[in-house]
Amino acid sequence: MEPTIKMEYINILSSELYKIAFILIPVLVSVALVVWLDRRIWGAVQKRRGPNVVGPFGLLQTLADALKYILKEIIIPASSNKIIFILAPIITMTLALVAWAVIPFSDDLVLADINVGILYIFAVSSLGVYGIIMGGWASNSKYPFLGAIRSAAQMVSYEVSIGIIIINVLLCVGSLNLNDIINAQKDLWYVIPLFPMFVVFFISALAETNRPPFDLPEAEAELVAGYQTEYSGMMYAMFWLGEYANILLMCALGSVLFLGGWLPPIDIYPLNIVPAPIWMILKILFMFFLFALVKAIVPRYRYDQLMRLGWKIFLPFSLFYVVLTASFLFYFDKLPTRLF
Amino acid sequence: MTIIRILKTIFLVEFIVASLMGIKEMFKTKKTINYPYEKGSISPRFRGEHALRRYPSGEERCIACKLCEAVCPAQAITIESTERDDGSRKTTRYDIDMLKCIYCGLCQESCPVDAIVQGPNFEFATETREELYYNKKKLLDNGDRWEEVLAKNIRLDKPYR
Repeated sequence: MEPTIKMEYINILSSELYKIAFILIPVLVSVALVVWLDRRIWGAVQKRRGPNVVGPFGLLQTLADALKYILKEIIIPASSNKIIFILAPIITMTLALVAWAVIPFSDDLVLADINVGILYIFAVSSLGVYGIIMGGWASNSKYPFLGAIRSAAQMVSYEVSIGIIIINVLLCVGSLNLNDIINAQKDLWYVIPLFPMFVVFFISALAETNRPPFDLPEAEAELVAGYQTEYSGMMYAMFWLGEYANILLMCALGSVLFLGGWLPPIDIYPLNIVPAPIWMILKILFMFFLFALVKAIVPRYRYDQLMRLGWKIFLPFSLFYVVLTASFLFYFDKLPTRLF
Repeated sequence: MTIIRILKTIFLVEFIVASLMGIKEMFKTKKTINYPYEKGSISPRFRGEHALRRYPSGEERCIACKLCEAVCPAQAITIESTERDDGSRKTTRYDIDMLKCIYCGLCQESCPVDAIVQGPNFEFATETREELYYNKKKLLDNGDRWEEVLAKNIRLDKPYR
């Protein structure tokens, strides 16, 4: 009996491993491309050219950068806590990638179709702050520490409003499964009835991923590079990749929650024969385009303005919208029937 | 007034206007040049990489007067000289430490025979420090390589001196 059970485990493991590789490699490649896209859009808005030398249109720029980072020396400060210092970028990177397990790319193209998918994403992205605060604390230096404190406070603040925004969507769906959320948007994407929430989600996602105008943790004028100050070489690159993987994740989450995930815009002939993953990718790219555009046009917030926006505007507003959504659904008897 | 401003803030009017403007700017012609493939124009007075020039006969111009060595504020130039068989004074050693050099152009200004000049070349980055300690051979080679441009630059700049 024993050996068969063991074999079964090995079989499951091997079949899962190839699926994991199948999702991780595209994510990592697209992170590299997205970094390039980000720089190109940023440059284009400022009428610059952006990276255009390495490979066709400069597509391989990120690869060249990554190679450079691999070849660079990793400097570990003498006064740092070495284990935590090394662990921090690994945790950031891992958590940014782990969350991709539940993102659906089509009806059945999802690594883990778990019934609490949205909670899982929320939990993992909340953990992301640990990588940053560990890095900042273990560096044992002033700027990283201040950057990490800022970053932690900022991410925690905006998690709250993101959580409440997600409640809005969940009220309409009645399920925590991401595929259920997408299927519920078959007739109407939630971006239309919940448009204010989409805007608030987008801004919160900017703050959550430390993107401009909320890139205070690495406000270079004040904090050098924030929590990344003491990092070099591949460890810095891992923070960097983790950051972009997180941004992509937020784009994917936004398109699942509000833009109908892998659904075509309208269910008519030429649009619905396009494979589902393509729609998903297009929507992620659209969200990312907005992310990149915002980086180019908006000046950085002051720290107290950031906190005010999070706690005094977004939180009450999204709470109010929860009440509004719930009342609307209850009054018109449109509450999802599939209750647990 | 204030109500309009509050409404503008709530509906992110400025943000939307800025986004549209950003998208519009994306498709305009680029203001930057495609550097390694196209380069900006350089003034004849540009103070780039040094070069030691020769007379058309092939004789080197430098007479080892050491004015450049004396004027150099960074003391980057080292010259040693000797009397040649024909009785003229020539350098045996002419070193410039390109890392000490501050590219002020005083050596060029002080030279009575237009021997040491700073050319238009600014792309002489190297991988080691040692490669930037220029000796006489390297400087003369530079002179031979850039002579055409150097002569033209001196001619163009002449009316203003």
